[in-house]
Amino acid sequence: MFDFSILTEWIHSTLLGFMPQWLAVTTECVLIGLVLLLTYSVLALFYIWFERKVCAAFQCRLGPNRVGPFGLLQSVADMFKILIKELISLKHTDKFLFALAPYLVILASMLAFAVLPWGNGLQIINFNIGIFFLIAVSSIGVLGILLAGWSSNNKFTLIGAMRSGAQMVSYELSIGLSVLTMVAFAGTMNVVEIVEEQSNLWFIFSGHIPAIIAFIIYLIAGTAETNRGPFDLPEAESELTAGYHTEYSGIHFGFFYLAEYLNLFIVSGVATLLFFGGWMPLHFPGWDGFNAIMDYIPSVVWFIGKAIALSFVIIWFKWTFPRLRIDQMLALEWKYLLPINLFNLVLMVLIIVYGLHF
Amino acid sequence: MANIQETIAKLLPEATFEEGDILMVNVPDAKWHNLAKELKENKDLSFDFLVTIVGMDWTETLGCIYYLTSTKHNTHLSVKVTTDNREKPMLHSVSDLWKIAGIFEREVYDFFGIVFIGNPDMRRLFLSIDWKGYPLRKDYDESADLNPVTTESERQSDFTDTYVETPDGTVEKKEVRVFAPEDFVVNIGPQHPATHGVLRFRTAVDGEIIKKIDVYMGYIHRGIEKICEKLTYPQTLHFMDRLDYFSAHPYHHCLCMTIEQAAGIEISRRAQVIRVLMDELSRIASHCLFIGTYCMDLGATTMLFYTLRVREQILDIMEKTCGARMTFNYECIGGVMQDLHPDFVKDVKALLEVLPKNIKEYNKIFTGNVIAKNRMEGVGYLSHEDAINWSVTGPSGRASGWACDVRKTDPYSIYSELDFEQVVREEGDSMARFKVRMSEMEQSAKIISQLIDNIPDGEYCVKVPKVLKLPVGRWFRTVEGCRGTFGIYLESNGDTKPYRLKIAPPCLPAASVVDHITRGSKIADLITIGGSLDYIVPDMDR
Repeated sequence: MFDFSILTEWIHSTLLGFMPQWLAVTTECVLIGLVLLLTYSVLALFYIWFERKVCAAFQCRLGPNRVGPFGLLQSVADMFKILIKELISLKHTDKFLFALAPYLVILASMLAFAVLPWGNGLQIINFNIGIFFLIAVSSIGVLGILLAGWSSNNKFTLIGAMRSGAQMVSYELSIGLSVLTMVAFAGTMNVVEIVEEQSNLWFIFSGHIPAIIAFIIYLIAGTAETNRGPFDLPEAESELTAGYHTEYSGIHFGFFYLAEYLNLFIVSGVATLLFFGGWMPLHFPGWDGFNAIMDYIPSVVWFIGKAIALSFVIIWFKWTFPRLRIDQMLALEWKYLLPINLFNLVLMVLIIVYGLHF
Repeated sequence: MANIQETIAKLLPEATFEEGDILMVNVPDAKWHNLAKELKENKDLSFDFLVTIVGMDWTETLGCIYYLTSTKHNTHLSVKVTTDNREKPMLHSVSDLWKIAGIFEREVYDFFGIVFIGNPDMRRLFLSIDWKGYPLRKDYDESADLNPVTTESERQSDFTDTYVETPDGTVEKKEVRVFAPEDFVVNIGPQHPATHGVLRFRTAVDGEIIKKIDVYMGYIHRGIEKICEKLTYPQTLHFMDRLDYFSAHPYHHCLCMTIEQAAGIEISRRAQVIRVLMDELSRIASHCLFIGTYCMDLGATTMLFYTLRVREQILDIMEKTCGARMTFNYECIGGVMQDLHPDFVKDVKALLEVLPKNIKEYNKIFTGNVIAKNRMEGVGYLSHEDAINWSVTGPSGRASGWACDVRKTDPYSIYSELDFEQVVREEGDSMARFKVRMSEMEQSAKIISQLIDNIPDGEYCVKVPKVLKLPVGRWFRTVEGCRGTFGIYLESNGDTKPYRLKIAPPCLPAASVVDHITRGSKIADLITIGGSLDYIVPDMDR
């Protein structure tokens, strides 16, 4: 497998050759920021196109097919349109918080990008509490949503924001516990080490029953975290028109829109990391020939491919299920997912202690 | 009929009777409330279903005609109450007996200015609160200067009037608040994706719980009843498909039948079969659309596309024969406008073939879904008594266990010869309303399959005089529209134009009952309940 750290090392040493340490690090930070922004927007555009195509397929339609081959440029056109739209400023709103909210939402999803294992050696920061960092920064998003709902001075957005707050705080528990289950299994919070642990067999196979339970719970809670159907109550368009972002226009609305899709990618990416080996190719112990063939596929393709496949499942949920009601959604979390999760954690610990995993 | 007459004569000796297609009782206003109580509660009469209240202006007197039906004995009665006072007309309200009368009386007040003593809410129903004059009165001033098109926002009021009779006989006007000052009122509509048109709910909520809903109608009021008074009989037909635009055929059918009955025109068997076929096809199309939009309201967008496929197929059939996909104008006095398209039989058979497969698919994807069950089961419970009390007819009424299908209770056209079942469920919740419509599509398909191979030959339209004059008289006919009992009241003074044409739509009660059944539910349930009642705003606003 190609190790991307060779490339990053080379960039680092080249820069050090003609500039001092501090400047080299600063240059690298700027470069990484640019690459991150670029990846971010390209991924978002791809996801918008992807969702529209998948949804169209479920609904016996064609989806976008006029702009570019297979309508690939449609989302570029849409993005351009959203960039030139007017930012409408409303009377009687809290102007500062109103403008701040979309940036908080997008900030949360961008920070989470930092610890995703994009490929072999391709990672923005590698530190020993990677997973912890991920959970912490993804919680910032709810603050942006609450601010958006509150500062708009609109009853619909306020109800949407309150729903969103209740939903995210509740489901964060499930996410945290299922992640904790897998962290216990891996024995580390370091993202790189978690991936390395799975070089023989992905956790979903080696952790068998508790890993599968944790994965299902994670998928449900992750769907809820991203405010997507069947958990799209904060923006239930048939009830609250558009929920917390009703009053936003132009690129501010675009930020919410982008963050929703990027959160989808992050949720799928984290699931890939914890259950499907991150960038690690599909390996089975003993199948050396098969493993060698799998290694020919680049690690970046593995990671993004797995994440997109998981996103497909989440998109599939959205276009199949009706929406839950707020009390039913909270009951699902507190009465079912949370107890199952706690039980599952104990089960996982027992399995680790008695060495009953592969 | 004689039996009812005797009973009423015994109860109220001063009542006079007029024979007609439905027996009419003339009652003085002072005695009306007592008689109404008897009519509803007397075991031999039990007129528990108030079909409609027709406001009337007979130039010297103003008044109301109440159309009543007994769901127990399947008998009909009409009651006429009049007042001489044109300046300050007042009648006694019966809104304490029939819940829906409260809304019907507001409509009469809006159009005729008759004040109902005892009605808790005497606001205008359709017109804006600053409207001058009462448009359906014969002496109404139509000049544009009186009610100019305003460029300012319509005045809103948080108060309503109610008129109370004091023990010494005088009537007092009182102002009452609609919502308490501390209520958190969310305005849902008129521009809102889930109200299915321009309908407005002012909703007082406590967190996510609904405390009270004030239904605010009239955003799409076009004064069709008023316009019809100036048009000849064939011209009035064209307005029928602007009411319930998703299923116009049964409405046309009703008005055609009423006019034909009045004029004594006998239509051919072929025309009758074609009319029934079209009615049932539009019922399937309408229920398909209901299922699609209802699922979309609940967040399952994909179902809409699956149901629209079938609806498209039906609209294609309609387009070939009627020449239009929405406003058909197909049925006319004496039969139908033109003969069936040569492909009609073939296309309908193709539809009958795919329909059962599709219904199976809908049940698979949606009805059995656990989220759908949680959202619909037990939500928006409407009891049998309340359904009758609020006159909620059609599939919504039948979901509450009320067998109210006009095709069975008062068979018209050729329905008495056909073999089909009336779908009735007992649960009374949103799920039942959904399932009734699902089963009704199967029953409609059954009716179509009986007729499609036996369309008799003959003329599709009989000769009707160019200038149609109806004899003096009044007629009231009901049909089973796709959303409930649709009634037409027609009064003629021997002219080429109707003296009064009153439309009794099924959607007005359906929207009025929303407040009653949503109290204590969640906001999300309002969408479920509103969707399951399946009202169409142009139908209720007219």
